[in-house]
Amino acid sequence: MVNFLSASAIPLIILFIVIYGLKEKKKVFDIFLDGAKEGIEIVIQLFPTLLGIFLAIGLLRNSGIIDFIINIISPVTNILKIPSAVLPLAMLRPISGSASMGVAIDIMQKYGVDSMIGKIASTIMGSTETTFYTIAIYTACVKIKKIRFVLVAALLADLAGMITSVIICQILS
Amino acid sequence: MLNIIWPVFIIISIIYAFISGNIENISNGIFDSAESAVSLTITFFGTICLWNGIIEIAKKTSIMQKLAKLLHPLICFLFPEIKKESEAHEEISMNIIANLLGLGNAATPLGLKAMKTMQKDNPKKDTLTNSMAMFIVINTASIQLIPTNVIAIRSSLNSTSPSGIILQVWVATIVAAIVGVTATKIFMKRF
Repeated sequence: MVNFLSASAIPLIILFIVIYGLKEKKKVFDIFLDGAKEGIEIVIQLFPTLLGIFLAIGLLRNSGIIDFIINIISPVTNILKIPSAVLPLAMLRPISGSASMGVAIDIMQKYGVDSMIGKIASTIMGSTETTFYTIAIYTACVKIKKIRFVLVAALLADLAGMITSVIICQILS
Repeated sequence: MLNIIWPVFIIISIIYAFISGNIENISNGIFDSAESAVSLTITFFGTICLWNGIIEIAKKTSIMQKLAKLLHPLICFLFPEIKKESEAHEEISMNIIANLLGLGNAATPLGLKAMKTMQKDNPKKDTLTNSMAMFIVINTASIQLIPTNVIAIRSSLNSTSPSGIILQVWVATIVAAIVGVTATKIFMKRF
């Protein structure tokens, strides 16, 4: 059932959007092309970050230091049942969107995109935001400096989202 | 932030590799990373452009305005200080809908517009109002119905079920949003 729902979500959304576009007499194919063109820019902007992050993460992993750090913190993460491989992702996620995407991709490639850890990484990426960046642009656009409790509340939400990601992936697997 | 983290990662890795005798490993890995960045970018071209095209169609129709109307009761609960039918109310609903649909590119400009509108009624121009604080927290909690980017990346990586994480994302994102909203409601009375 879960698989069926997940599998039909995307085709149904595409079907719905295309039919809705036709109903409102839009030139759906032309609009699709415009959107796809914008996608090229997104990918091109992502490339340099991906390159930089892959370099840094590759170095960290090949030097053996990541295993060393994971060994040190694993007693704590084992108690909390958090796979230690996702910790670097959890720490980078609120700071940088493209960097954490690079780390998530690295995890999915190394452990398998459909493995438990791959799914946890996907769920963390899908359910949390780049908190620091979001707060920065939303306050900067109105020149606000006093952000009160917002960072604390947002990081609490991130933490809750990440812990839930870990738990729910284990329950549903 | 990354201007600090990135060099630190590189420096400690290379020094550690020298100490632990892994330097050959590291040397081979450097160009492998560059290569895998290129091959991934090429697969992204397909999936990300495809989604962007589909989403552009949704943006050009009235789907978003119609969905925004469904949100009115929720918005009144979250933002009691924002009057119904006001400009800010409208912009906030549109931003939340864009987030729900995974339209990050559309959500941000709408969100910034809503911030500017709320700033007009802000008595202390350098401090966030309660509504603004709530609005930012909701945006950082990223409530998404369709995590388009993650699905695109999963299919690039040959997942047997790229959208197989949708349910998990829903649960995690709802928990995050509830925690964020509750914390904000509690904090706004005290700070």
